[in-house]
Amino acid sequence: MKLLASPAVRVGLSISIATGLYGVSFGALSVTSGLNFWQTMALSLLLFSGGSQFAFIGVVAGGGSGVAAMSAATLLGMRNGIYGMQLNALLHPTGWRRYVAAQLTIDESTATSTGQADPAEQRRGFWAAGIGIYVLWNLFTAVGALAGGGLGDPKQWGLDGAAVAAFLALLWPRLKGREPVAIAVVCALATVIAVPFVPAGVPILIAAVVAALIGWFSHGRSDEGLEPDVDPYAEHHHGHHGTGQAGT
Amino acid sequence: MNLWIWLLLACALAYAWKLVGYFVPARFLKDPRMSRVAGTMTIGLLASLTIVNTVASGQSLAADARLGALAVAAIALALRAPFLLVVVAGASTAALLRLIGWN
Repeated sequence: MKLLASPAVRVGLSISIATGLYGVSFGALSVTSGLNFWQTMALSLLLFSGGSQFAFIGVVAGGGSGVAAMSAATLLGMRNGIYGMQLNALLHPTGWRRYVAAQLTIDESTATSTGQADPAEQRRGFWAAGIGIYVLWNLFTAVGALAGGGLGDPKQWGLDGAAVAAFLALLWPRLKGREPVAIAVVCALATVIAVPFVPAGVPILIAAVVAALIGWFSHGRSDEGLEPDVDPYAEHHHGHHGTGQAGT
Repeated sequence: MNLWIWLLLACALAYAWKLVGYFVPARFLKDPRMSRVAGTMTIGLLASLTIVNTVASGQSLAADARLGALAVAAIALALRAPFLLVVVAGASTAALLRLIGWN
């Protein structure tokens, strides 16, 4: 296999395994949140963006309405639009490839692609990570959903604790530096204050507005918080992948 | 059935966000404000989802076994544990705390 000689493909495949595997937790948490098997699969097949999927089931699990779940997932998907712009400038996909590339545009495929210097490698990295994660994420979502459905009382297994840990794990890689930590604390506080006063699901949307206002009026890095959940190049370098105000 | 409608709408909107990026003129990338809002919103939403899942029970606040799950998950993440291990650690902590009687 000549393809395996490409560094970007190798990075893409290893990130596929690392990311794809945690589809198990999504699948299990989704069915214990009250979604059925096909609703769970629809999220992984059609929505395909880990954070947004967890947001959707997180709001449902907390007793929030379908509208609130949809809104939280949609707002969290906003960054994929930014990735789309970066990838379009980088890869220039044309015709039907553009529509497929759009669906495969997530944190990890973007990071794998933008982490390479050579245009051919950027392209290979994007497709290797995108297709690899898509296949494994859906496969392991199905495994998790089938296993989770047979668990009985989810609380007995601490699955609500698993949801807490999953969200913290999605947040963690983005907390690099003082500003993101401050944003997280402010939004967490706004949420806690709002919980007793508004319907379930709405505190999350209030936090989204607070975060958007901070982003609009602050002068921090332009790519603040746009880190992938799993860093494809974690073994090669540590710390910021940020490029500052210049963008990529 | 109701949930299906919102779920499919969420899927359609998620794809719309992704696709819109491929069709907007590249000069929008020159404005760092949009990227920054997308990033701060990601942080804010994930922080909010974390805390809601930790302390909210419907419309009231509760301090239960989930707080232990949060603490253990934070320790696991600080020790650079992989995602799945963090999730398993959170679940086992909550389950254990309930087993010893902290609701």
